[in-house]
Amino acid sequence: MPALLKRLGQALGWMPAGFFGGIEVPDRKLTANEPIRDCPVPDVLILPMKQHIGEQCHPCVHIGDHVLKGQKIAATEGYVAAPVHAPVAGKVVKIEEHRIAHPSGLGLPCIFIEPDGSDKEHRYDPLPDWNTRDPAELRERVRECGIVGLGGAVFPTFIKLVRDQHHPIKTLILNGIECEPYLTTDHRLMLEHADEIVRGLSILRYMVSATECVIAIEDNKQDAVEVMRQAIVRAALSGVRVLAMPTRYPQGSEKQLIESITGKQVPAGKLPVHIGVLCQNVATARAVYHAVEHGRPLTERIVTVSGEAMPRPGNLRIPFGTPVRFVLAQCGLEDIGDGVHVLHGGPMMGERLRSVDVPVVKATNGLLALYEGQIRGLNTEEQPCIHCGHCGEVCPIRLVPNLLADHCRNDAFERAEAYQLFDCIECGCCSYVCPSSIPLVHYFRYGKGQLAQIRRAEAFAEESRRRSEARERRLAREREAKQARRRARKASQSAKAEGGET
Amino acid sequence: MPIVSSPYLHGGDSIRLTMMSVILALLPASFMAIYLFGWLAVFIITVSMISCVLTEWLCLRWMGRSTKPVWDGSAALSGLLLALTLPPTLPWWMVLLGSIFAIVLGKQVYGGLGYNLFNPALSARVILLISFPLQMTTWLMPMSDPRAAVDLYDAAVAWSLFCSGPQGIGQALDAITMASPLGHVKTEWTVGVGVTDALVHYNYSYLNAFLGLEAGSLGETSALALLIGGIYLLARHTITWHIPFAYLATVALLAAIFNSIDAERFAPPMFHLLAGGLMLCAFFMATDPVSSPVTPLGRLIFGVGCGILTWCIRTFGGYPEGAMFAVLLMNCAVPLIDHYCRPRVYGHSVDRDAGS
Ligand code: SF4
Ligand code: SF4
Repeated sequence: MPALLKRLGQALGWMPAGFFGGIEVPDRKLTANEPIRDCPVPDVLILPMKQHIGEQCHPCVHIGDHVLKGQKIAATEGYVAAPVHAPVAGKVVKIEEHRIAHPSGLGLPCIFIEPDGSDKEHRYDPLPDWNTRDPAELRERVRECGIVGLGGAVFPTFIKLVRDQHHPIKTLILNGIECEPYLTTDHRLMLEHADEIVRGLSILRYMVSATECVIAIEDNKQDAVEVMRQAIVRAALSGVRVLAMPTRYPQGSEKQLIESITGKQVPAGKLPVHIGVLCQNVATARAVYHAVEHGRPLTERIVTVSGEAMPRPGNLRIPFGTPVRFVLAQCGLEDIGDGVHVLHGGPMMGERLRSVDVPVVKATNGLLALYEGQIRGLNTEEQPCIHCGHCGEVCPIRLVPNLLADHCRNDAFERAEAYQLFDCIECGCCSYVCPSSIPLVHYFRYGKGQLAQIRRAEAFAEESRRRSEARERRLAREREAKQARRRARKASQSAKAEGGET
Repeated sequence: MPIVSSPYLHGGDSIRLTMMSVILALLPASFMAIYLFGWLAVFIITVSMISCVLTEWLCLRWMGRSTKPVWDGSAALSGLLLALTLPPTLPWWMVLLGSIFAIVLGKQVYGGLGYNLFNPALSARVILLISFPLQMTTWLMPMSDPRAAVDLYDAAVAWSLFCSGPQGIGQALDAITMASPLGHVKTEWTVGVGVTDALVHYNYSYLNAFLGLEAGSLGETSALALLIGGIYLLARHTITWHIPFAYLATVALLAAIFNSIDAERFAPPMFHLLAGGLMLCAFFMATDPVSSPVTPLGRLIFGVGCGILTWCIRTFGGYPEGAMFAVLLMNCAVPLIDHYCRPRVYGHSVDRDAGS
């Protein structure tokens, strides 16, 4: 009966989860009670030159170089980028292209480091007196330490840490939601490192001078809520609230979480800062704390290694660059049989790995081994859309996924764009509920890819048109100048001739 | 090669589950039909369902497609829905013909499930109504009526009625049939009798109409049975409240307004709600996912449109019942409605250019 009432309420537009739509996903947090343990260091670490959203880095070490733990090995080129640091002390053995966890299956240049077993470490100056420093200096530290959003989006963090007169940050939200099934990294982090997270929160708050802070945790993690509340009391912070949010996927999505907490929507095409909000993941806050107070760059992260096909699931602290195969072996999955599939990330937004020889990177929040029968697409078959509308009922962005998918499938990309294709956050709610098992998100990715290509081609055509027009103009100018010169010459010649005659 | 990409989990809903839930929701109405019309109901439902499934199988075979969709339950559901809209006197071959219409003309010519513009069962019923106007409006006295002359609980009697019509059992048609309330009110009006008097002549009672103890199509008479099924579908989230609510509310509102203006010319709202195929249409036909809008606003508009058309056809049209025509007419407008009724997308303040 309560479920019925809830459903009725949702149908009437009442949003108990704080955002529209969404779904109940199975919890499957097999590792919620597993303390974080250290993953051993493998024989070789493979560090891709791009582990963030933005532009690729370039190596600033050479083959044969000895590097210290925490030493910068790849520097940024563009603005939207994050440098890469050596997770261990050792020797650079090669720099070459290697597979990474990416849907395209393409590789990236990677730096290979062989650990030398020492723990010689390079650190930046610790800044325990950060609250007397210029926020710009701290921001530079965050950038230099290669910190990116650790919730999965891997957007370089420093970019969001701006003080802007036009858009002062009012609310700082710390995201500890973790709404994907299986994943427990943020949960364990809050239970075991609450004080560090709170320190990170204070630094972030100081940097953007936010007036209020919210730590958002799903209400199925009451223990974490309690621990965080205590940590705030210990730190004697004021103006920080810990909110237990309704458990509903995708509560942890930035846009949805902001809507849940502030009741405001991030305007399309804008960033949260436009409505005075900054949202950071709890693990990111902790990384900021380490970077500022201890001068430690980002070189490792907590990863949930789980799934029904994983013999010894757990939460592991893993240095970046560790091959996934090695990690799986640590959890008892030595060889991956036919009926087992490994996912990189959560089951809703992650990626199936075609090879487990890819390295753990900054985006790796989970490694899951699932049986074939659990995987949508392998145990289901696409059928025609029956227009039931369930996809639209759960879409947190309020798109009409079935119509959108039609347009993408029919290559009517312009129309798909008019139906707001680019607003889709690829949360997967629509595919999850579709009775016809239509891979809707797949069509959206296809459509986005094609549109991006069309845009690039258009930009290219536009650029060539501009150039050729400029050339035409220049040639015309030159012709005219030539003619003018010729006329002038003729005029002077005839003048001379006339002069000669007279 | 299946497309395997995120999300990797699936909620487990399927077309078959959806169709089965609707069939389940129609069980109360089916049992009511059997209670009222005995073996006749059993025969019609069975023939209709089996021939729908068979026709679907033959179509798919003939077109060289996979015959897997036969088992998704949609053909069986169309068969059941069609049967429930048929008058109990219909001979077997008309039932068979109707099923073939439903699957071939209502569904397969469009490309099968998901591509049909109209509800298959409704289109078949309308084709039958136009082809056989007399047989399609001849209503048997239900077994609950003390005047009922034939024993439909006797399988042999029902079978000969089903095979060869009333002549086969040596009965005059007049002796065993009666008008439906809607038809009665309409014909009385044409001879100058007002609604109130017409209902008194008919011995009409709201309770009987609610329970379904009156003449009508097999599964349309009992508002109670249909409501039970409808609420089940709402609770199971197979359908949303928008269409049934908008549909029924519009009919009731229109009826209430006009009834208060002229109670002799216009029937009262309760009469409209309980009469004819309205309940069946509102909960099972208009909500057919394939042929109805997907957005909440679209569904509301669709329901209101069905309501207005139903009331108008019933009140001013040539046919006593307008629900099925109303739904079919609105089916045509679905693509348009869907296009213009998209919700406001997250973060967009004004409605975007809908005309694009
Ligand atoms: S994947 Fe896109 S279309 Fe589907 S529910 Fe999420 S936001 Fe909506
Ligand atoms: S959920 Fe699937 S079948 Fe239903 S409307 Fe959406 S795409 Fe079509």
